[in-house]
Amino acid sequence: MIIPAVVLSSALLIGASGCKPKNAGDATGSDAAAKVYVPPGKYDEFYNFVSGGFSGQVSVYGVPSGRLLRVIPVFSVDPEKGWGFSEETKPMLNTSHGSVPWDDQHHLALSQTDGVIDGRWIFANANNTPRVARIDLTTFRTAEILEIPNTAGNHSSPFITENSEYVITGTRFSVPMDYEPGDVPIESYKKNFKGTVSFISVAPESGEMNVAFQLLLPGMNFDLSHTGKGPSSGWFFFSCYNSEQAHTLLEVNASKRDKDYILAVNWKKAEEYFKAGKGTKRPAKYAHNVYNDETHTATSTMNTEVTVMDVKDFPDIVYMIPCPKSPHGCDVDPTGEYIVGSGKLAALIPVFSFSKIQKAIADKDFDGDYEGIPVIKYEAALHGEVAKPGLGPLHTEFDDKGNAYTTFFISSEVVKWNVKNLNIIDRIPTYYSPGHLSIPGGDTKKPYGKYLIAYNKITKDRYLPTGPELSQSAQLIDISGEKMKLLADYPSIGEPHYAQSLPADLIKEKSVKIFKLDDNKHPYATKGEKESKVVRDGNKVHVYATMVRSHFSPDNIEGIKEGDEVYFHVTNLEQDWDVPHGFAIKGAINAELLVMPGETSTFKWIAAKPGIYPFYCTDFCSALHQEMSGYIRVSAKGSNVPIAFSLGKNSDPDAAAGTPTP
Amino acid sequence: MNDLIKSNNLPTLSKALVFICCLLLVIVLFVPLWQIQLDAPQYPEGLILRMYPHKLAGDVEIINGLNHYIGMKELFTKDFIEFTVLPYIIGFYAFFCLLVSFMKRRGWLLGLFIAFAGFGVIAMVDFYRWEYAYGHNLNPNAAIQVPGMSYQPPLIGFKQLLNFGAYSIPDVGGILFVLVGVLLLVALLIAYKKRKK
Repeated sequence: MIIPAVVLSSALLIGASGCKPKNAGDATGSDAAAKVYVPPGKYDEFYNFVSGGFSGQVSVYGVPSGRLLRVIPVFSVDPEKGWGFSEETKPMLNTSHGSVPWDDQHHLALSQTDGVIDGRWIFANANNTPRVARIDLTTFRTAEILEIPNTAGNHSSPFITENSEYVITGTRFSVPMDYEPGDVPIESYKKNFKGTVSFISVAPESGEMNVAFQLLLPGMNFDLSHTGKGPSSGWFFFSCYNSEQAHTLLEVNASKRDKDYILAVNWKKAEEYFKAGKGTKRPAKYAHNVYNDETHTATSTMNTEVTVMDVKDFPDIVYMIPCPKSPHGCDVDPTGEYIVGSGKLAALIPVFSFSKIQKAIADKDFDGDYEGIPVIKYEAALHGEVAKPGLGPLHTEFDDKGNAYTTFFISSEVVKWNVKNLNIIDRIPTYYSPGHLSIPGGDTKKPYGKYLIAYNKITKDRYLPTGPELSQSAQLIDISGEKMKLLADYPSIGEPHYAQSLPADLIKEKSVKIFKLDDNKHPYATKGEKESKVVRDGNKVHVYATMVRSHFSPDNIEGIKEGDEVYFHVTNLEQDWDVPHGFAIKGAINAELLVMPGETSTFKWIAAKPGIYPFYCTDFCSALHQEMSGYIRVSAKGSNVPIAFSLGKNSDPDAAAGTPTP
Repeated sequence: MNDLIKSNNLPTLSKALVFICCLLLVIVLFVPLWQIQLDAPQYPEGLILRMYPHKLAGDVEIINGLNHYIGMKELFTKDFIEFTVLPYIIGFYAFFCLLVSFMKRRGWLLGLFIAFAGFGVIAMVDFYRWEYAYGHNLNPNAAIQVPGMSYQPPLIGFKQLLNFGAYSIPDVGGILFVLVGVLLLVALLIAYKKRKK
């Protein structure tokens, strides 16, 4: 009796303990190492441009090695490169609010021609102070930044049309329009706060951007967006949430309705109305900053008006399609027929059919309206739902075989499913909680497929710990086969949200090596050492300097007075590959300059105190880099030391130490 | 006659076992009774909820933070009368055991066992009822609402709740508690077996 009793109770406890399911663990194939190793001297297959999130910059990685190639300064100052510190780059960060040294960079869009990546530019958004940047892929530098009026929370941005006609942005935080009184109570949200979808035209040759027109929409949050292709060409799709129009505790108040919407915009029709002069010109103030590679200088101009079209006046350009639970991702498959909505809190993935949407519009198969915009019946637009895919779908991209890949934030995985028959094919865990994923060409007409990179929001124990702040984690996954295989795991800078990749061959031959000195049109360029000089203009002093291995010309400067504004215009005379020179002055309230061959850059220095100030080249340029330095003498106010500059005039070796030379 | 009187008494072995139970119950006062382990893909470090006789412990704050998404009530020691009352009840049984280990009549042991086993059953029923309310009375304004879903943790064993695997098992104290029950049963059987002889 005793023994059975003891045995029974022990068995119960052990039995309960034994029921815990085992962890899958991360399984990589044995050939993973070979697939990601790029041998010394060889190149990666793809350039992978990754948004920097709160770093404000765009980083460039090589895939499949995962090596960081460059961090391109875009919206945040970069003291290393003098971005936002040199006189020529300061105008790039100018806005209608003043000079803004930081922003939050979320999404990227590579320029396309006929729905295929063409390798000319990549566009990047600034979330906080609404702007879009265009980056030149021959110099890997930010060429242009355009501010956007009548919006806030420029998160739904930038998204590009098939032939790069327009870069499109949307409002996340609806606000009163710039041309309406802004000093209104916050609870007047439903009445006074509006959102806009802006169409930024891109000039076909130069890429120069301009806000062509804006569509005025009801106040809510616009999220992600993609262009239609093929049959849906000329249309654009935006996910929208907070259709509850809440302005406080959105966590709860914007999650109440069972369905929010996908906004379908017939942009071709909107463009027709705009070209027919139908919009209203409104006063506005927004900066337009352009960097010129010939003058090596940026200029900032302030625009004063913008064309706005209220969708209430144009009933046939926008439609709402119900989409479950606070949608985030809104992705169009390569054929352009299927539109995938990912509801952050939904337990399924709805896939809409463009041909059904067209039919529903023609048949007026509507379910009432939202603030005047016709709402298409959910079933009329739906192709089907992917059932029980995972928890918290966020973003979908596509491969070249008709498959879709969706990230799931809450269940921390990527799920592969077939777009047509909606069957789930495979799933793979990510570490941990992915936001977006990127497949080369995955949001275009012709995806390259092959690799998938999942960008995660939680890192925890993936890498060696570095205190409480950890870098974000990304996993490289092989999608060439039926089942997905984890290849590599690497940390990334900033907080990647979105990425775009293109085959290296598309742009690597066009990469600029040097700037031709002959083409240099900078107003203060010095094209030879003989032309170097120092010129006084009131209390401003202009130093026309040159840099070449391994000296500055001039490298001894006297006659600067206390309080002078000194501008060092340094030209790098090298015409050889990978010979940059740097420039820094002791105690200067500034960063450094990093000047490329053939380029001219300006360093502003206030000579605050009399004394001797050394300057030197900061970038290791040559065997005698250590000798590449100079001195500046600052004299007291009112002294009569004349401006003098020289190179090579050394002190007389016979003069006694301490005896001043005449 | 002598045999009859003797056989109504508690054998020494039984008394020793009951005394050991008293000591074990004193230990139970200071160790966790129960644990619920939570496993999720984004929690490689794991999360745990421990129930001591007098308080909740473990990753209570983190769990409360997560629970508000699905509308589950936040857990605070002070909201549960059980944590005020349990130490006294366990103390009472420890004292009861001590008392019985000095008693002559085995009827005391029978009484103790029935009371103890009864308490064990009531405790599990109370735990189940609480888990039911906790998992079902969800805040209607919760951000994440999965239709028809409830989050009642398992009474004992494993259950998947959204992305969390919940694993409810006794902790040290719980095992000791069951051991006390087993030892009391053994002591009881020794006392009553002797009678038959």
